Amino acid sequence: MSDITSQSLFELTSNIKEKKLSSEEITKAFINRAEKSKKLNVYVTNNFEKAIDQSKKFDSNPNLDFKLPGIPIAVKDLFCTNGVRTTAGSKILNNFVPTYESTVTQNLWSQGAILLGKLNCDEFAMGSSNETSFFGNVQNPVGENLVPGGSSGGSSAAVAANLTPVTIGTDTGGSIRQPASFTGTVGLKPTYGSCSRYGIVAFASSLDQAGPMTKNVRDCSMLLEVISSFDQKDSTSIDYKRNYYSKELSKDIKGKKIGIPKEYRVDNMPDEIEQLWKNGISYAKDCGAEIIDISLPHTNYALPTYYIVAPAEASSNLARYDGVKYGFRSPGQNLIEMYEKTRSEGFGDEVKRRIMIGTYVLSSGYYDAYYLKAQKVRQLIKKDFDDAFSKVDAILTPSTPSSAFKIGEKTNDPVSMYLNDIFTVPINLAGLPGISIPAGKDKNNYPLGLQVIGKPFDEQNILNISYALEDKINFKNDISDWWLSE
Amino acid sequence: MSIDLKTVKHISKLARISIDDEKANKLKGDLNNIFEFIEKLNELNTDNVQALTSIAETTLRFRKDEIKSENIREKILKNSPEENKDFFVVPKVVE
Repeated sequence: MSDITSQSLFELTSNIKEKKLSSEEITKAFINRAEKSKKLNVYVTNNFEKAIDQSKKFDSNPNLDFKLPGIPIAVKDLFCTNGVRTTAGSKILNNFVPTYESTVTQNLWSQGAILLGKLNCDEFAMGSSNETSFFGNVQNPVGENLVPGGSSGGSSAAVAANLTPVTIGTDTGGSIRQPASFTGTVGLKPTYGSCSRYGIVAFASSLDQAGPMTKNVRDCSMLLEVISSFDQKDSTSIDYKRNYYSKELSKDIKGKKIGIPKEYRVDNMPDEIEQLWKNGISYAKDCGAEIIDISLPHTNYALPTYYIVAPAEASSNLARYDGVKYGFRSPGQNLIEMYEKTRSEGFGDEVKRRIMIGTYVLSSGYYDAYYLKAQKVRQLIKKDFDDAFSKVDAILTPSTPSSAFKIGEKTNDPVSMYLNDIFTVPINLAGLPGISIPAGKDKNNYPLGLQVIGKPFDEQNILNISYALEDKINFKNDISDWWLSE
Repeated sequence: MSIDLKTVKHISKLARISIDDEKANKLKGDLNNIFEFIEKLNELNTDNVQALTSIAETTLRFRKDEIKSENIREKILKNSPEENKDFFVVPKVVE
């Protein structure tokens, strides 16, 4: 049997069901490794003691019908966990201990999973490198002083470094798929309305979705099956019959029509990414898929649209952090001064910048010029996809325009940081499902991903295409454990 | 168009985030760069396009108006920065 922490979710689950491993053994193995991996800074809060207790409790009376029987899982610190501190990577929530549980994490525990701890992320999920977190940046296990992507950077690093078998992140403009691409892992953003947003610290409500981040596509299908559910507590949750994703997983993609959008061939894209994309196309052909050239003419307008819509929604959502009912408070002479000081000291620079953008585009006299304009362009972007999906079953693109960059490299230039999400943002604007799978490496040996985009609620199809491609690509991450301490 | 210092200060007032002059100047530069990038949308004619207000094409559901959680006062007050037994405490509002 291979080392416990390097096993996939599928292997761990099988080993528990066949009684070859106990939940306690597995839980302790991940905790031991975490104790030696502090240099990566993936954990904001650990739940190790309670996790060991819970694993013993599971082993004393194991329910092997569960889908995640006694499996320890760390989650992004954006999911509210009852009784366990939830910070969203922000000083303003530094001391916040929720008295309720998010639906998505509740789904994990209801299937036997055990909380290992809360993973670092960009503050309020606003960032593409995990550098905006109040709790410091995360190291990418792929190489020293390399960002793990963001905002789910602690999550992607934890999966790649074997510190959790799988995890869940959230994706508003690429926050699951971009870090997955940067760390050689798999990340899926489900269709808007698939996974409940209840109990997730809100960033941009019309774009936010939770999704699985895993070592491989099969694990991804297993985890999606658990977290995707209809929920009365989320007014935009959609009641539809969800697939039995792991059971229906298949490499047979013969006859599937896969679109290649010409607009994703951007200026200055490294040759390796172009080559990676070509390889993906030829693998898909080898599997019997039909490749069709398509056009998504408004692709170039997606990022400017996103940087109006997302900050506008964020400025409204983050109005709640006023130092009155929970979170950090900075005292003031009067109520207004208390609000202003609390928010000034409690939020980091990127969050303030986005609140300012959002406040401006929603302010009197500018609403039509910016916000309404963006809502109209969002319609055009969605229509591009509707038109494309009348001809194809899925779309194949690179996940990101570059591989992971150095810590500090882009922090002084917000726009160049935003450009990281050029291939992922349109999918959130259109509410579609998208998955990033590791597909190769660049000249520095850093991982690169390919993205498969599907029709609404067609997660099964993009999982199957990814499963077939994964088999052909045969990606190996070979991470050296350079960060381990004794 | 460009955003001047006065506008930056006005927005910070609206957003209830106090900023000093140094920060305001830095923000002015950042915001102008970002808005220059956003202005690209003006290339598009959207006169006859309907704004997309909801990506999930569903209507909001109705539910019965009933109390589902009782005696949660303690839970609600648990995280308050300053409290007495029954209330959130803020600086004096009425003189």
